[in-house]
Amino acid sequence: MKYILMMTGTKAGVDTYRAWSQSDVQAHFAFLKKLNHELTEAGELVANEPLAAPEQAKIVRVGKDGAPVTDGVFPEAKEFLLGYWIVDVESPERAYQIAARLSAGPAPGGVPTNMPIEVRQIMSRRTDDLP
Amino acid sequence: MEYLLRELAPQVLGAVTRRFRDFAAAEDAVQEALMAAVLQWPREGIPENPRGWLIQVASRRMTDSWRSDEARRRRESTLAAESSQTEPPADLDPEMEPDDTLTLLLMCCHPVLTPASAIALTLRAVGGLTTAEIAKAFLVPEATMAQRISRAKQSIMASGVPFQLPTREDRAQRLRAVLHALYLIFNEGYTSSAGPQIQRLELAREAIRLARTVHALVPDDPEVAGLLALMLLTAARRAARTGPDEELIPLTRQDRTLWAQNEISEGIALLTAALSKGSVGVYQLQAAIAAVHDEAARAEDTDWPQILALYDLLERMSDNPMVTLNHAVAAAMVHGPSRGLELLQALDRDARLAGHHRLAAVRAHLLEMAGDYPAAIAHYRIAADRTTSLPERHYLITQAARLSEGK
Repeated sequence: MKYILMMTGTKAGVDTYRAWSQSDVQAHFAFLKKLNHELTEAGELVANEPLAAPEQAKIVRVGKDGAPVTDGVFPEAKEFLLGYWIVDVESPERAYQIAARLSAGPAPGGVPTNMPIEVRQIMSRRTDDLP
Repeated sequence: MEYLLRELAPQVLGAVTRRFRDFAAAEDAVQEALMAAVLQWPREGIPENPRGWLIQVASRRMTDSWRSDEARRRRESTLAAESSQTEPPADLDPEMEPDDTLTLLLMCCHPVLTPASAIALTLRAVGGLTTAEIAKAFLVPEATMAQRISRAKQSIMASGVPFQLPTREDRAQRLRAVLHALYLIFNEGYTSSAGPQIQRLELAREAIRLARTVHALVPDDPEVAGLLALMLLTAARRAARTGPDEELIPLTRQDRTLWAQNEISEGIALLTAALSKGSVGVYQLQAAIAAVHDEAARAEDTDWPQILALYDLLERMSDNPMVTLNHAVAAAMVHGPSRGLELLQALDRDARLAGHHRLAAVRAHLLEMAGDYPAAIAHYRIAADRTTSLPERHYLITQAARLSEGK
């Protein structure tokens, strides 16, 4: 079963991260790289993409003439999707375990970031016969 | 040619594993030999003895990789031990070797593996599919699938399973695991037919092909025949199962003229022969239920009392709440919806079904039969919220909408 693990955060949170020291950033990168490697080795990683900074985010709707209408100034408290992992695992428990690992990535001083990870199952296409 | 290669793949792998006693490396070498054949045979023609050709090429790869390993070890250590094992025994006649396909299948579906690993390994080692093809079928990256296969091989090596047929009592048990894996491959592939699912239909075909292989190897096992019959009797309906927009069409509303009669006849013939052996099992019973549906020219001709009797038997043989659920539907068709709804009440206490979308979907269906539309709508919506299958969610939402509009 496939799950998407979504790392979310606010612009304020991203700003805190930007103030990390070089070695803290490196330690965090090394952690993510190692985790992705482990997930691939385990035959579980389907996809992992980080997203561009929240400042670049736009909300788009269709306008009256069919042209896109964009909106791009968001309040500080708004939660953004920062990146996601898609994993193919044997059980929901395993997906939660991986999410907990993601949330345990090191912040300055090596303490876990404790980032919230939203876990959602991905719809499958398979079905059984209906009565 | 592709068909020939895939037929030969497990036989070649069996021979090479037997010869070199290294399943993991042999499996890689055989994949390389299959690739070499795909490249060379169209140009140079299929060799007179294709099996021997593949065994020879794979053996050469094995020897080459052993030699390079050996060379590395020599460089690393001055104490290079003289190895007498780098050459394959020359006295083996490839044509005289036994067909190891069954041994391989039993090994690939060994209970030390998770179902997902067993399926991946079976498709590659026995099905002769490439890692890329398997990855595509399961919609995961090739690197991930490669790791899943390689870990599966490592688990088998680590568990010390010998490359030989298990004892008679063990064999029956282990064969069940093979059938279960093939059943999962079939179900995975038996989905709607657009987009990436085209690949997945391929999986259903592959499952049928492998089931045919197993049936040819153990023709006397009625459950193997039962599984093959079940697959054929189910796959026969594939063209009628979805509408133009990929929407699911329930059995009762399918255009039965689209059902594949050749598959139905073959399935029924297999099933009849299997049942005559007098050792009924769960696959034969499920095939028998599928056959009763397939034999009805119109939905209203369905012999529901017969289906109910089969579910009675099946329920006694398996501890599967899904069976109980289907049993309730059959009971409703025979004795009326209130009987079915009564049976569902017992299932509310089953922890395995608590919160399961199927329970809500069946309840909605029976409530609709009973004419309680508001409750039916509510349960269709509950089921739609709970399912993780996209076509089913569309179907359930549509059912709720249809009833709300009073149709």
